[in-house]
Amino acid sequence: MYQYDEYDQAIVDARVEEFRDQVRRRLSGEMTEDQFKPLRLMNGLYLQLHAYMLRVAIPYGTLSGKQMHMLAHIARKYDKDYGHFTTRQNLQYNWIKLADAPDILAELATVEMHAIQTSGNCIRNISSDQYAGAAADEIEDPRPWAELLRQWSTFHPEFSYLPRKFKIAVIGSEEDRAAVRLHDIGLQIHRNDAGETGFRVFVGGGMGRTPMIAPVIRDFLPKADFLSYMEACLRVYNRYGRRDNLYKARIKILVHEIGADEYRRQVEEEFLHTRTLGLDAPQAEFDRIAAHFAPPAFESGLSDEIDRSDPDFALWLDQQVVAHKVPGYAIVNISLKPTGGIPGDASSAQIDLMADLGETYSFDELRVTHAQNIVLPHVRKSDLYAIWQKLDAAGLATPNLDLVGDIIACPGLDYCSLANARSIPLAQKISERFGEIGRQRDLGELKLKISGCINACGHHHAGHIGILGVDRKGEENYQLSFGGSGAEDASLAKIIGPGFSEDGVVDAIEKAVNVYTALRTDGERFIDTYRRVGEAPFKEAIYG
Amino acid sequence: MGDLIRFRDDETHEEPAVTLDAFLGQSNATAVRLEPTDDPRALIPHLSRLSLIEVSFPKFRDGRGYSIGSILREAGYAGELRAAGDVLVDQIGPMRRCGFDAFLSDAEIDRDVLDKLLSLHAHVYQKTVDGRAPVWARRHG
Repeated sequence: MYQYDEYDQAIVDARVEEFRDQVRRRLSGEMTEDQFKPLRLMNGLYLQLHAYMLRVAIPYGTLSGKQMHMLAHIARKYDKDYGHFTTRQNLQYNWIKLADAPDILAELATVEMHAIQTSGNCIRNISSDQYAGAAADEIEDPRPWAELLRQWSTFHPEFSYLPRKFKIAVIGSEEDRAAVRLHDIGLQIHRNDAGETGFRVFVGGGMGRTPMIAPVIRDFLPKADFLSYMEACLRVYNRYGRRDNLYKARIKILVHEIGADEYRRQVEEEFLHTRTLGLDAPQAEFDRIAAHFAPPAFESGLSDEIDRSDPDFALWLDQQVVAHKVPGYAIVNISLKPTGGIPGDASSAQIDLMADLGETYSFDELRVTHAQNIVLPHVRKSDLYAIWQKLDAAGLATPNLDLVGDIIACPGLDYCSLANARSIPLAQKISERFGEIGRQRDLGELKLKISGCINACGHHHAGHIGILGVDRKGEENYQLSFGGSGAEDASLAKIIGPGFSEDGVVDAIEKAVNVYTALRTDGERFIDTYRRVGEAPFKEAIYG
Repeated sequence: MGDLIRFRDDETHEEPAVTLDAFLGQSNATAVRLEPTDDPRALIPHLSRLSLIEVSFPKFRDGRGYSIGSILREAGYAGELRAAGDVLVDQIGPMRRCGFDAFLSDAEIDRDVLDKLLSLHAHVYQKTVDGRAPVWARRHG
């Protein structure tokens, strides 16, 4: 994985110094909260309901054991002994003191980590495929491009005060595990008819109160023009994105209002100019970055045999372990969704344990997924049983990947100052209602996503089952939607009818899955059946 | 209003700046004031006779002026490029990178804070109009 050189380290160290001074000026009253806000936000520091929340960047979700240990250390020393992994592949701490923030950033910098641009109206942390470099279906590893984007976007002076936040995701496979079409810019490495690899560029997707699936703005972007084309996309947005209304300021609204063709025309015109400016890093720089992502020293001739005699292990194996591109190896998914638990939360001890496993068994590499789980990307099949035993002892072996218990939920009204309703207690109730793993496995892939407000941080628009918490006359009320997907078959979920109380929505989900099990044909997932039969039978069962 | 902060050696240009419309309508003016919605490329045929372009920042959150500055410098403008309005001390560094070399802030700018901020970032990742070598150029110099 990528390692800082003297330049990267100096840039992060300088930011720690700069932020320390900004906090000093704020605490001394030289700066107003209004002036401080965009500065702290650009550094991942939010003022929430009860305390400051600090969001630490995990670029494209990749980190080492040492970095993971540091996350545990910070949780222990400065927070309440746990951290929360987010849908942006980051980690947030919920109970931070402003005065501690500079010291936390200084500690992060010692392991090549930071909180730069994890919030604010700037280019956010770049996200990617959690199986990058390991997936059997990969055309090319997207992470060198994600790292190039990380560097280019870090303190980009022209794009530090965009109309709104800006999220970019990069993948290198046909299967979309990063929801690229629901990003401001989604980049997919693919091969053109001439056999060259380049990028398909999607612009203008997003969730929030106006969900949109991004159109293709360019079908094939040559690699040599990567950054100059990004500059053109961003410059058009910076100049013409709406600034009169916070809720219409994302690039999806610009692309929607002027149309994909007009946006494309403007970008191409700007690109004719930006490509003359020498903005693209030379091939040697790409090669330098890519060398950091060279495959680890996989052993050859390893056996693919796994002893399945322990039934609990076999269950976990079937649900949590997926194919690796190298024989004898596997990709392990660690569930942060224990039955009745808080999705994405992990204690310091659990974070330390996962760090140890990454160091011992996965070439010192771990990944965070946008579904708020952890991945060990490169594990020998012969080590799987030992890994499972350690995970199981730490409460980290729930076999529910992509099942109804694998819920994505935003922090909701328990933490967030924007939320209208609580997400976490509802996630816990659903998780308990469907706690029996045999039943979950019978229901198959079922992506359930909960947002506690219209900003959709819990990705409810992309849920096979999506739940949106709203405030109705002072009561928490939950709207139920079906049919969304963040994968390569991207679609937006549709509200089925009037909302429910917390218990009511759990009952409604129960009825919906009963409709599914009654109507499904062989091999059909919940979403496939819903797409085939339409909403009527579900509506009838729930409201009839 | 704070003092004019300049990073230029030439004399301050005293002629009042006119709006873009007024400039394009008349004009032998040598100073123009651009609003965030103005298209700076309308000035490209006239850049050589301009001595001052003032770009308005009505709110510090409005980042359109950063693109305006970059576009003007990319087009070869060499005169004074002044950021005026709600310009905060922490924004002057990024604005310098977008070609601004003069600042007229609504608020008093603390020069000690500014000098420290400007000296902090020894390295930059992007190539911009300020001519600084990005780290990729240093790495492969």
